[in-house]
This record gives sequence, C-alpha cells and structure tokens, in this order.
Amino acid sequence: MLITKPPTPSDDKRWRAVDARMLRLGYSADALIEVLHSVQQAFGYLDDVALTYVACSLNVPLSKVYGVATFYSLFSLKPQGEHTCVVCTGTACHINGAGAILARIRTRFGIEPKQTTPDDQISLLTARCLGACSIAPAVVYDGEAKGKQTPEQVVARLAAW
Amino acid sequence: MTEAEVVAPVAAPAAAHRSRRMTGPSVTGPVRVTAAVCQAAGCLSAQSDRVFANVTDRLISDGVTDVAVKRVGCLGLCAAGPLVEIPETGALFRQVDPDAINSLVTYLQTAKAGDASPEREPFFTRQHKIVLENCGRIDPESIEEYLAAGGYRALRKAVTELTPQQVIDEVTRSGLRGRGGAGYPAGLKWATVAKQIATTKYVVCNADEGDPGAFMDRSVLESDPHRVLEGMAIAAYAVGAQHGYVYCRAEYPLAVQRLKAAIHRAEKAGYLGAAIAGSPFAFHVELRLGAGAFVCGEETALLASIQGGRGTPVPRPPYPAASGLWHQPTLINNVESYANVPVIMRRGGDWYAAIGVGKSKGTKVFALAGRIVNSGLIEVPMGTPLREVIFDIGGGIPFGGTFKAVQTGGPSGGCLPEQLLDMSLDYESLVAAGSIMGSGGMVVMDDTSCMVEVARYFMDFCREESCGKCVPCRVGTTQMYLLLTAITEGRGTLADLAALEKLGDMVRSTSLCGLGQSAPNPVFSTLRYFRHEYVEHIETGVCSAGVCPMAAGAVS
Repeated sequence: MLITKPPTPSDDKRWRAVDARMLRLGYSADALIEVLHSVQQAFGYLDDVALTYVACSLNVPLSKVYGVATFYSLFSLKPQGEHTCVVCTGTACHINGAGAILARIRTRFGIEPKQTTPDDQISLLTARCLGACSIAPAVVYDGEAKGKQTPEQVVARLAAW
Repeated sequence: MTEAEVVAPVAAPAAAHRSRRMTGPSVTGPVRVTAAVCQAAGCLSAQSDRVFANVTDRLISDGVTDVAVKRVGCLGLCAAGPLVEIPETGALFRQVDPDAINSLVTYLQTAKAGDASPEREPFFTRQHKIVLENCGRIDPESIEEYLAAGGYRALRKAVTELTPQQVIDEVTRSGLRGRGGAGYPAGLKWATVAKQIATTKYVVCNADEGDPGAFMDRSVLESDPHRVLEGMAIAAYAVGAQHGYVYCRAEYPLAVQRLKAAIHRAEKAGYLGAAIAGSPFAFHVELRLGAGAFVCGEETALLASIQGGRGTPVPRPPYPAASGLWHQPTLINNVESYANVPVIMRRGGDWYAAIGVGKSKGTKVFALAGRIVNSGLIEVPMGTPLREVIFDIGGGIPFGGTFKAVQTGGPSGGCLPEQLLDMSLDYESLVAAGSIMGSGGMVVMDDTSCMVEVARYFMDFCREESCGKCVPCRVGTTQMYLLLTAITEGRGTLADLAALEKLGDMVRSTSLCGLGQSAPNPVFSTLRYFRHEYVEHIETGVCSAGVCPMAAGAVS
C-alpha cells in the first residue's frame, strides 16, 4: 500500500519537531504514543487537527488515535492554562495532607483537578504518584517539583502566578 | 565494593586523564577529599543542584584545589535532603541550605582521609547494599565512573567467556525472583524464553513503577542507570534477543533523561548496539514512555502500550515468554530484577543465594514513606523482620505518634497491623499475612490515618485505573468503592461488610488481570486486621482518627 504523508496542518514551526520525531521513528504505527507525546510537548495539548494529522501520517485509523489519546491520563485534549500545578495524590502524599492542599486550592481558586481557572492562568492536575514519597506531600509547579508543601505555601505560590 | 575502590580512580596517578566531570572544575591536582552531592529527584527538589554549584564556586573562589565536588545518585535518606557525603571520612551533611554552606566548606578545607566522623545511625549501618551498591557513590551520568566501579565487567565476561546456558544456570542458581511483585523465578522465565525457537526475541524492562508509595525503580534509574542496561544486555545474551525496550513512566522525567543519556553512552562505548565487547552479540535498546496508566505495569498491557495501543491486558496463556511483542518470545523483568543481574554474574549465583531466607534469596530494596522518621530508600536481606525495617532503620514514627499499620505492595497489597511487626519480610510470609511483597513500597501509617478511608482511597485508585475491559474489575471496583464511601460517610450497615467480602471475592477470582485480581486486597486486609474500625464507623458513627467526612459532625 502506498502511503503519502499528508501536508502539515499549518506552517507553525512547532510541527517540525513532530515531523522530525515521526521521521526518526520511521512513521511506524507502533510509535503512536511517542508521537502523541511529542505533539503534546510542542503544543501543550492534542486537538482534532493534530489527532487527524498523526492518524494520517502513521496510517492509523483516527478512531484508534482517539482511543489511545483518551486512554492515557497524561494526554490532554483541552488546552492548558498559562501555568500548571500538579498535586501528587499518591499514598504517602494522601496520608500527609494532599487532600487539604486540593481543598484549599478549590476554595481559593474555584478549580477542581483537571480544570483551569477562567482567566486561563492556572491548570490544576493530580498525579497518581510522582515517586517523591519521601518528601510528601509533593507538588510540581510548572515542572519544578517541591516537597513537604503546606496548603498555605501552595496557595501563595499559585496566587503569585 | 568498598569506598576506597570506588574512589581509587579519582585519586590515582593517572589523574591527568580523568574527566573533568569526575572531579568538578575546582580541582587541579590530587584529590584530598570529595564532596558527593546527591542529585536524585528528592534532593534536587530541595535545590541540591544549587548546593553543587555554590560549593564548587566557593571552593574556586577560596582557592581550594584539592577537593573534588561531584554529582552522585540517591544517598538514601531522602527525608534529610539535600545530602552531601564525604566518602573519605564518612561524614554526612544533611539539609544543606545552598545559601548557607559555610560549615560544609570549612570542613572540606581541612578534612582528610581517615578523619573520624560521628558514627552513622542504624539507617545506614543495618543495610545490605547490592542493587544500591553504586547509588550515592558514582555520577549517574558518567559511564567512566560506572566502569571504574566494575561496571559492564559482568556483561563482557558473559558474552566472551560464557554460553547463554551458563548465564541462565548462574541466574537459576542465585534463586533470584522477579522483583516487580509476583516473585516468579527469574531463571525459569529466562530458560522459557531461551528455549523458544524464533528468529526475533525481545527483552523488556518494566520501569512503569505505578504503585503509589514506591520509588525504588525511580531511584535506581536516576542513580545507576547503566546497571539496569547491563542486566538487560546479559539477559538478552542469555535468551537470544537482539532488541530491548525500557518502558518507563513519563512521571519520572529525570529517570527518563538519565536513561536516555546512559543508552547513548553505552552505545558509544560498545556495551550496547552491534558487536558488544568485541563479540558477535548485538543488542539494541529503545526507550518507550508511558502516559499515565497504572494498568500498564501489568505485563500484557505494557506490551500493548509499547506497540502504541491502549494499555489493555489480554488473557494469558500464551505468556509473553512464548508470544509477546509482535507475537515474538519476550522476556519481561522489572528494573530491580535486572539491576541484580550484574552482581550475580560477577560474584556468582551461590554467593547471592546465601543471602536471604527460605525461597526468597538476596536483598530487597524498600521505599519507606508516610509517617516514618527516616523516609527514603533502603536495601535489606530478604527475611529481615518488619520491626527492624520500620523502627531500627526507619527510626519509628515521628512526633511521638503511635504505629498503626504499614501498607506494602500498593493498591495490590495490604495493611499489616502492629501484631505482625515481627514477621519476616519475604514473599511467602507477606502473602500469608494477606499482603504482597509488591515492588517494595512501604507506607507507614499512625493513628492519624483511618483504615476504612485508606481502603476507600485504594479502591478509588483501582476504580479509576481499571482499563474497563472486563466487567468484574470495571463494575466490581466501583461498587466496592460506593460501599466504602457509604461507610466513611456514616451511611454504612453491617450487611455492607458482608457485601464487600462477597463482592471482593468475586472481583478477585474473575478479573482478567492482576489489577482486578488484587484490587480487593486492601479491603480484605483492613477487614481482617482493622474490622473494629469499620464496625465503629457503622455502629457509633464515629471515625476516631477524625479523617472521614462523617467524623467532622460526630466528633465536634
């Protein structure tokens, strides 16, 4: 079967990283998750355009791409806010007060996990376990992990964004 | 490996050839002492990277030229990070503030090998390090240091001097069992893959450490990644595989980064890729990232994920050993299992089998977390009493709290009460007590934790992480979660306890994969040892730990 690579959705330069990754992985259908990772890394989330482009490029049915993108919790189909705050809810963090941190964020900013503030500033996420159990409770601010956090510290940090 | 052996290459006369990375930019001549700064995730989150930079700058500005500053992996006592160790004297500086390094620098200016240091507490002296032998001693990003510590010697010996069968015999003799949780004998698994007739075989490393409360594999990958690659390469030689995959969870960015770098360096140095150590043996390793699905720790789900699909398990048999990746024979072991292999090859299976107890040989790495003083990473011989791990090594419960339970094995394991503290930590004893070894996470709980709420927490976890393929797991975990929620909200009845047991039995015996089969374990173990807490919630409407939502009204 002859497969022709579809045209890039736009001349956005970020597609170059995605194309380079697909090329390196030989446009293999098995590389779907790796490619979705690189799309999310480049754009922050996966929209319909991206999913369709990946499906056509790897010659995978769009239904399968959608199925994979929605199966894994790290993939987001919605744009994220300017900043992201990931609260670990692993066992050690749970018994050391992760719930209180989430509750304080809820009262102060009105968002639940997987939600973004109306001004698109802060997205709140939770993690199953970051493996930072010895410094529980752990919170990741824009990729920077911090341990032994209190609700006060978290809210202060988020309010400063 | 003693400290002197590890340090020797740094202080050797061939100092001119050593890499800058091994000593840091401050050193121009022979090294008097070394400041080993932990650069694993725990200490990094407490700015140990700035400690490294500030100490280096300060030594340069002070004109100190004989103190090496180097980056090392996990030193174990994560609770007291950032940690700086002086291997020559045995001194350990804890909670080093990057902006207050005076006492450390003053010490470094005069310290010399042989200086007496305060004796280390049992956390350090009671351990037996095999898997973690290099953690905190070598720079995880330097293949030279791994080689200097005896790295890749076992692989070289295997591919140049031993037949694949001899390698398998050695692993069989060691009695090594899978460290991912199930404890399947490694030698048997290797032999099964080896005897399959196929032109292509695969070796897979399960680095999808999904159990909350477990971080052994993360620390090994962050501190000594080459060790895992060496173990995989030896396994590949033994079973006749040419390709390997490390499936690592994306939640571990630092481990991923160090693993990537390690694969690249091992390829350049000829320990991965074609013609390994000059032999005809070739083995290529690729890294695959997970994307946040707990079920992918199950081996058939993991294989589906490596192939780019949804991580849904399939019934076994056929086992991956017969039909795995792309229907080819596939060997799957976890990080810690592979990390044991180089030592077994270097020191012999009999040496390894002499450590441990009964059918559980060797050592086990445990991650201590929760309400425990010395939270961090430890390694002890199999069969060590639980009490010794929690109270002697772990330092007991902080803030004068009372021990209530220790949770082992994550969502597939159970909660062990005080009366079991003298049990031996081995596969069989843990199963008999209603828990499992699991990957080695231990979360200690004191009287501020409510065991009903803990059971509910784990059921919530399993309910959300169930892939949804089979009904008992998808529906059963949700129903159990609703029953547990009702109890924590003061709406439970004693009939609910019977329903939980009946439902749990059904979920356990009819689910497709390990996730569902083990999901009721936390409920069973808490019902077995902490039934009085359930009854208290139901009959008196009180949560004495003050955790459950109903407790707010009942207590105050």
